[in-house]
Amino acid sequence: MNSFHTTFGSLQDYQKGGIEIVADNPKYYAFSNIFEVANKSAPYEKVAVALNLGYVYEALRIEGQSGWFAAPHDEFAIIMDGEVEVQFIKLADPAAIYSDDSKGSVPLAGQPAGQPMGRVVARRGHQVMLPEGAAYRFTARAIGVMLLQTMDGPATVHKWADICLK
Amino acid sequence: MSTAATMNTADVVEVTASEPSTQTGYRSFNLGGFTFSRDEYFARVGWEAKGQQMSHSMSADAFLRAMMRDVAWGFFYGWVNFDPVIGTRNHYGTVDMYAGSYYPAYRDSGLDHQENFDSRLMMATFKAILDDWTNEGFDPFAAPEEAGNGWFGKKNGNNRAAIERAREACLRMPGLPGDANLRSDANGFPINRAFADVSQEEPEVYAEPGFEGEVSAFNLFAFLSRSDVTWNPSVTSVCGRSLACPTTEEYILPIKHGNDRIEWFIQLSDQIEWEIEDKHTGAPRAKVMMKAGDVSAMPADIRHQGFSRKRSMLLVWENATPNLPELYETGQLKPWPVEF
Repeated sequence: MNSFHTTFGSLQDYQKGGIEIVADNPKYYAFSNIFEVANKSAPYEKVAVALNLGYVYEALRIEGQSGWFAAPHDEFAIIMDGEVEVQFIKLADPAAIYSDDSKGSVPLAGQPAGQPMGRVVARRGHQVMLPEGAAYRFTARAIGVMLLQTMDGPATVHKWADICLK
Repeated sequence: MSTAATMNTADVVEVTASEPSTQTGYRSFNLGGFTFSRDEYFARVGWEAKGQQMSHSMSADAFLRAMMRDVAWGFFYGWVNFDPVIGTRNHYGTVDMYAGSYYPAYRDSGLDHQENFDSRLMMATFKAILDDWTNEGFDPFAAPEEAGNGWFGKKNGNNRAAIERAREACLRMPGLPGDANLRSDANGFPINRAFADVSQEEPEVYAEPGFEGEVSAFNLFAFLSRSDVTWNPSVTSVCGRSLACPTTEEYILPIKHGNDRIEWFIQLSDQIEWEIEDKHTGAPRAKVMMKAGDVSAMPADIRHQGFSRKRSMLLVWENATPNLPELYETGQLKPWPVEF
């Protein structure tokens, strides 16, 4: 009989850890919880929860339908709670959306021109590639949370003082 | 000793090893001024300082678990402390071996010792030690319940299949054409006992013709549930120099990792407690308790060791930009990631 139980978090059910300080500053750890962050976020608000010299992990609340985004580099989404459909379009003219030295995902004004590439339906634990040169849009099938590995871009939201232990 | 411990100009790596002990069956090794020996229970590292012979002992299983990670990680980013006394520091091409250099009682008394080696020589020596000292019936990569207890006693065979596992690193994402494989029963990765309840359902992928190699997804949690090792990150996505390195953790991280850059931890499942110490002195700084969904930086001026009471999933996030150690060492970058 297997006696193990694997604990994942969700928007409705998570526990937050913490820091016991001996001789340190808790701010140095920028400690947060993605479910707590997403519980206070607007749908698809791209809140930075980890930052390393221009690279970021963002926590996004999955709810309703997002606008279209595109990035000049690969991005990767990990679904941590809920269910989402991701639609992809191969950009007909990437240069009209971002330059070669752009970083992070760019919100688009509407559906871009290009060839449909397909779609993915993902649930907890699934990792989806958001490939360079493609536009993508999220549609929630169940409200949830995703982590996005990307670069610090124009749509990234920094609100560290609101989300981190102090 | 059978050979000279040198790198010669033809790049032939020569490891210095003794003949097997007539008492225990194990070989002893030399690396510069360091000696390595083991007996039925203990591994010993020796060095000379201030005219006297010094030595430090560890339980052989703890030593092998630590050396296994140092080898598998290619000496990793920064410092790999086997315990408070001995360890290695990676300079990416050369590696320091030290004893007592980051332990104030030794260092302040001038009783520490540190030497820099070509990383190929150190790697060859460490692999030879692992090969000789790991008995049949002991897997230094595994959790205690799975590792076996063949680590003690006289020399008894080997376990090369366990110690020669290759670290898995994707180019872009596992499962893409030409990239790292996904894990399955068929390729030798059964679901670990501690993750038997993790869903194996794959995402639904509907790629239009011609886009099969770009519209892609996989079950990361299922991939991790099939990890056959602990405390050994794989690379599962690459965004420029940003590497997602998830891993499964159980019991105690066998080393204390000293950072030469900031890294980040995202707890994907269960929980881990991290003991944080000053990188240079080992003085306690904090304890970070992470539960599923928690995110925490590991600053560039700390060493850390994790404790996971149940096998857990941790996303270790690394920045592989080449000159980062110099930027932190010279103070051009602060050791913490954000100001608020």
